[in-house]
Amino acid sequence: MATQQSRTLGRIAVAPSVIALFLWMIVPLAMTIWFSLLRYNLLDPNPFCSILSPGQLFDEANRCLAGTTNYYYFLTDPAFFKAMTNSLLIVGSVLLISVVGGTLFALLLDQAIIGRNIVRLMVIAPFFVMPTVAALVWQNMLMDPIIGFISWITKSLGMGAVDWFTYYPKTAVVIIVAWQWLPFATLILLTALQSFDEEQKEAAQMDGTPPLSFFWYMILPHLARPITVVVLIETIFLLNVFAEIYVTGTGGRAGNLPYLVYQYGLLANDIGGASAGGIVAVVLANIVAFFLMRMIGKNLEG
Amino acid sequence: MARAVSSRRKWTFTILAWALAFLIFFPILWTILTSFKTEGDAAAIPPKFLFFDWTFENYGIVQERSNYFKFAMNSVILALGSTFFALIIAIPSAWGMAFSPGKRTKDLLMWMLSTKMMPPVGALIPIYLIFRDFGLLDTRGGLIAVLMLLNLPIIIWMLYTYFKEIPAEILEASRMDGASVWKELVYVLTPMAIPGIASTILLNVILAWNEAFWTLALTTKDAAPLPQFIASYSSPEGLFWAKLSAASTMAIAPILVLGWFAQKQLVRGLTFGAVK
Repeated sequence: MATQQSRTLGRIAVAPSVIALFLWMIVPLAMTIWFSLLRYNLLDPNPFCSILSPGQLFDEANRCLAGTTNYYYFLTDPAFFKAMTNSLLIVGSVLLISVVGGTLFALLLDQAIIGRNIVRLMVIAPFFVMPTVAALVWQNMLMDPIIGFISWITKSLGMGAVDWFTYYPKTAVVIIVAWQWLPFATLILLTALQSFDEEQKEAAQMDGTPPLSFFWYMILPHLARPITVVVLIETIFLLNVFAEIYVTGTGGRAGNLPYLVYQYGLLANDIGGASAGGIVAVVLANIVAFFLMRMIGKNLEG
Repeated sequence: MARAVSSRRKWTFTILAWALAFLIFFPILWTILTSFKTEGDAAAIPPKFLFFDWTFENYGIVQERSNYFKFAMNSVILALGSTFFALIIAIPSAWGMAFSPGKRTKDLLMWMLSTKMMPPVGALIPIYLIFRDFGLLDTRGGLIAVLMLLNLPIIIWMLYTYFKEIPAEILEASRMDGASVWKELVYVLTPMAIPGIASTILLNVILAWNEAFWTLALTTKDAAPLPQFIASYSSPEGLFWAKLSAASTMAIAPILVLGWFAQKQLVRGLTFGAVK
């Protein structure tokens, strides 16, 4: 159907974005890999280089080849293990909250309730709040141990106040992040639920199918794919949570992998170490991406 | 009888849903309310819900002290600029892939998507150094380029799924009538594609507006958009909740309104067409 002319035109039309994305992906990645193999500190013109490998000084910035030393130091840094655990904790808990909560909310909002559109708007709203705002509002106005709203409630109930950011920084970060992503899961799953066959629903009602088995055998299989999509997409974004940690100053205890790389690079000026950390993050994200791509690819066929 | 039961059911669900929605929406509502309080009322225990001296002074103070409009202007320029440039190269690409697909089109689409999976920290250091060496740190131009590339895969995907839905017969008919490629693009395709393009713009503006990682890392003052403006409130000085609330309300209000309009497109765009 497509003529030779239109095919050539199609290729020319695609070229600019392919080139742009290719450069965007390959140039930084190549540079990060290169830096990760160097001893390279922005502030300290590396006395180590001349001591450790005098023959290998190769430029005015006093950089030298470090082989896999950066990886060794990054991976054996106790902070790496902690950051890794925090990354997994944030991803895992937020996923759990948003998928289970999102499914329940979506089921509820799918019922014939009064003012459904307004309820829906209210539930979705947090997703549009920029991360820095979410972090500051929660940290100050809601979770402040003395005059925060939550402490007022817990005190009124006689439970005393909780100093979230001092004693439970990770829980606090998880709560803030989950507040933003639960609406996303709800929105996606609600959209999926609304495409459920009405006739099947009615048929099940006529047959007197108990709601729980209806949910288990009919709704859940229907939601299987959207839930997988939610899990994979949220994982990509949740692995990269940064602003909530940066703004609330919880990097020391709740810092995840991106925060650690930021700390290495822009705070400690250790470009080599930060780059090694960046590559570690890329490898981890790729493992997740592999599954996501396979799924979306399958969808594209159908 | 059955009707009575189902009506009770309806009311139960309604009350439950409203209660939960209120709970989720509360932080935003509370921020908006607090922005109209005096600092004294904002920190009052027990909290004052509606009966306080309503005031607009916080908005004035925030504007005066931290120059909200400069940041907001940067946010608008960055969001619209990055969307505009992305569309310029994305529309032809999506058009090409949707209407004259080759053997590799699907692989190409998947590859584009895979660039989105790169964690930003993997690119942070080189981009930071390149920006520093070329004097792009804290410039709008540099940030527009980054935001554009960041969201380009999503834009191409979204446009592609919309263009795919335009029936090819219409194009064939116009070709039979002897329309040139250019005319086909301007008179046939564009009018049919406008709703899809509009949704894409909406989604991209939201994503660019809220992008925090790159804007926090690459800007300090001159090109800083709203996420940076809010982050400057993270070191408290005395009573500042009412002002923080006013600043937050101003930062999220525009996008909240846009977002509410864009719900459907959001689902489609962020799931790459997997859920419609």
